[in-house]
Amino acid sequence: MNEEEGGGPGKPRAIVVGHGEFAAGLVSAVGQICGLADKLVVLSMMGKSPEGIGSAIREQLVKTGARVIFTDLPGGSATIAARRIVNEDSGLVLVSGVNLATLLDFVFNTSVSPIEAARAAAERGKASLIVVGH
Amino acid sequence: MAIHLYRIDDRLIHGQVVVGWGQPLNARLLILVDDVVAASDWEKDLYRMAIPPEMEIQFADVATAIRDHAKYAADPRPGILITGDIDSMHRLVKGVKAIGSVNLGGIHHRAGRSEKLRYVFLSPEDERQLQDLEAAGVEITAQDVPSARARSLAEVLDGESK
Repeated sequence: MNEEEGGGPGKPRAIVVGHGEFAAGLVSAVGQICGLADKLVVLSMMGKSPEGIGSAIREQLVKTGARVIFTDLPGGSATIAARRIVNEDSGLVLVSGVNLATLLDFVFNTSVSPIEAARAAAERGKASLIVVGH
Repeated sequence: MAIHLYRIDDRLIHGQVVVGWGQPLNARLLILVDDVVAASDWEKDLYRMAIPPEMEIQFADVATAIRDHAKYAADPRPGILITGDIDSMHRLVKGVKAIGSVNLGGIHHRAGRSEKLRYVFLSPEDERQLQDLEAAGVEITAQDVPSARARSLAEVLDGESK
């Protein structure tokens, strides 16, 4: 159990940032499905400057000890801000393009460090995208 | 004129630009005009990785953009030109003298700025530069996404629609 590495027991293990209410909706869905929404911190970037987005992410990283950042759009300003932060701290990891399958895998995977869990969750998230029909 | 949108947006490349405007304009060329970004390979890589594969991004400082504007405008690909602040766009428009409209897409809160729209905050100097452009015949409108109503500079400065 590596809960102590970035978000101890009962503390958030990752920050979720996105456009509009995307992060809140996604984390709400995690809570509804498995009750583990408290493992994630929601950040909205609405109305924030680029510096404001970066400051809000940094503040939450310090406050919670989380070492993982999930963002929605690879080309979005939250991702740009998070990439700057990750570039300054090799102990952080960013996963962009987050979806519900990614977060569910992440919150359940407490037997490895949050960073390892994030890498595994990203693979699960990719595999969850399927196309059905002709 | 292949540049369909001249936009001031302090987030530079982000979802509203790449998807919100990029899709309906079928943009294939993004010109990012910023003195700081143009001088940094790391910054350029950061933004290069933020655009979809069907788009090309070019970087320029303001002086280079003034020099190369005719080349951008002659490019047949639909394009978007972005600056991160009003001062850069003001210098560009004054230097080129062939830009007819400017979109205010995102100028967020900083010390000395007051709220005009939820995505436009202006300092007195910002207002002066925008009024100077308008007096020179440049149409200034605020519109964060294509589906929103474009607001005139007078409406923006009035601030009642925020």
